[in-house]
Amino acid sequence: MRPFTYTRPDEPAHAWAELGPDAMYIAGGTNLVDLMKCGVAGPARLVDIGGLPLGGIGSDGDTLRIGALVRNSDLAAHPVVSERLPVLAQALLAGASPQLRNLATLGGNLMQRTRCGYFRDPSMPCNKRLPESGCAALDGDHRGHAVLGTSERCIATHPSDLAVALLALGARVRIDGPGGPRVEPIDAFHLPPGDTPERETTLAHGELITGVEVPLTALGARSHYLKVRERASFAFAMCSVAVALDVREGTVRDARIVLGGVATTPWRAGAAETALIGAPPGTAAFARAGEAATEGARPLRDNGYKVELIRRVVARALTTLTTVEGDRG
Amino acid sequence: MSIEPAADEVELRVNGDPRRIRVDPRVTLLDALRDEFGLTGPKKGCDLGQCGSCTVLLDGRRITSCLTFAVMHDGREVTTIEGLGGDPEGELHPVQRAFVDHDAFQCGFCTPGQIMAAVALLDEGHAGDDDEIREWMSGNLCRCAAYPNIVTAIAAAAGR
Ligand SMILES: Cc1cc2nc3c(=O)[nH]c(=O)nc-3n(C[C@H](O)[C@H](O)[C@H](O)COP(=O)(O)OP(=O)(O)OC[C@H]3O[C@@H](n4cnc5c(N)ncnc54)[C@H](O)[C@@H]3O)c2cc1C
Ligand code: SF4
Ligand code: FES
Ligand code: FES
Repeated sequence: MRPFTYTRPDEPAHAWAELGPDAMYIAGGTNLVDLMKCGVAGPARLVDIGGLPLGGIGSDGDTLRIGALVRNSDLAAHPVVSERLPVLAQALLAGASPQLRNLATLGGNLMQRTRCGYFRDPSMPCNKRLPESGCAALDGDHRGHAVLGTSERCIATHPSDLAVALLALGARVRIDGPGGPRVEPIDAFHLPPGDTPERETTLAHGELITGVEVPLTALGARSHYLKVRERASFAFAMCSVAVALDVREGTVRDARIVLGGVATTPWRAGAAETALIGAPPGTAAFARAGEAATEGARPLRDNGYKVELIRRVVARALTTLTTVEGDRG
Repeated sequence: MSIEPAADEVELRVNGDPRRIRVDPRVTLLDALRDEFGLTGPKKGCDLGQCGSCTVLLDGRRITSCLTFAVMHDGREVTTIEGLGGDPEGELHPVQRAFVDHDAFQCGFCTPGQIMAAVALLDEGHAGDDDEIREWMSGNLCRCAAYPNIVTAIAAAAGR
């Protein structure tokens, strides 16, 4: 591992003042330490943001405000999250392992890099790690790679479960940095690879995520997360979906359908939402939504199964959500 | 010419003892425990967060010690398997006892991590039934596949 110097500021403004061009922030370390070990990241300086006052979860009734340093485990266990935002609690608990969730922070989860094996191996070509070096996954092992939002340059999936739930909930990312504070809707925060797969979010160097705001709505309260993995637990998604529904008088009034594990960013399936709105909830509408969710999919040689998985995972999640609703009376 | 690696001072309470060390900031908490403190209970299985054999308690909560640097934990309390029973000559911790009684290991490599995770699981209240135990132990892999007896041991330690 490349040597680095270490500092732990206690004020946000000191954090970006300390961050030179060759420096990186570290929070829980569960993604960055891993990448430093495999030689993908090699900062000359680490600015540990763990001492900044960015913890805490607060709610004013309409909005849940979550500090960037809140641990994934603490967020999942928070009463407002478990009672009013089921999709968020379920997505968090479907991610990583209990001991990782005790280290992993909200900000770090949104910033985590892809798990593409070629990205993690500096001996392989990878446009995301080394721009213009090529993409080993296009003709290589891409069984786990994306079918949506891909480009000629990169087909890596975005690995976060949490971000998928936050997108379904219409969350906003609070950012601060040398240029001053700003707030960004999470649907604009993660960038598709296009010609610049090395750029994954709108954060500029030095900018910090300070927190996330989640509106507390009726839609968010009727939500569900379904994640399909190669084993029952502790694995990244082959396909996941966050669904939220507003059903009144036998008709779907509003819907959110967001996919994970199949796209280069957390992926809002707008066509699937449109397919549902105005329809009576049920098998036929859910199958149409599943089909619509695959719109724009571009499978490669070995990941075509994900297209079928999207259809089924969307339909099953909607069925589960409406069945649970029915049971509640 | 030799280049002195940078070293930072860090104080940790390890199994109840305040200890001050100087470490290269590249040293993970796992390596510090093993190499600086001689506590080889926490094991280096994968060094990538994927197996759980390095599980220790940080301020009472379970973490993978391989994915975090020691310098990040100044002033914090770390508990390893060595600190669980209190007196090394004395009684085993009830979870250790349950693992022995229910034959919950074969080679034993994953065992310190399994036991630390199980202690935390019980403290968190996640031992409701066997499925819940399995889900909340999923961060700990066992190459010998002692899983059935691990679940039995934890259920027994939970009083079931
Ligand atoms: C074995 C394993 C399995 C996993 N499984 C899953 C899974 O199933 N689902 C899932 O969603 N995740 C999974 N993860 C990923 C894990 O959730 C992330 O590693 C974690 O959330 C990152 O948070 P952190 O605080 O540890 O980030 P760090 O490693 O500290 O940082 C990650 C990146 O974010 C940047 N950063 C951190 N905080 C901020 C901030 N506030 N502002 C700006 N930049 C910041 C850092 O500079 C760094 O580049 C898994 C990880 C491992 C190791
Ligand atoms: S898919 Fe993306 S991350 Fe993976 S090798 Fe290709 S460019 Fe790199
Ligand atoms: S050694 Fe830490 S999880 Fe495997
Ligand atoms: S007992 Fe051998 S790895 Fe678990």
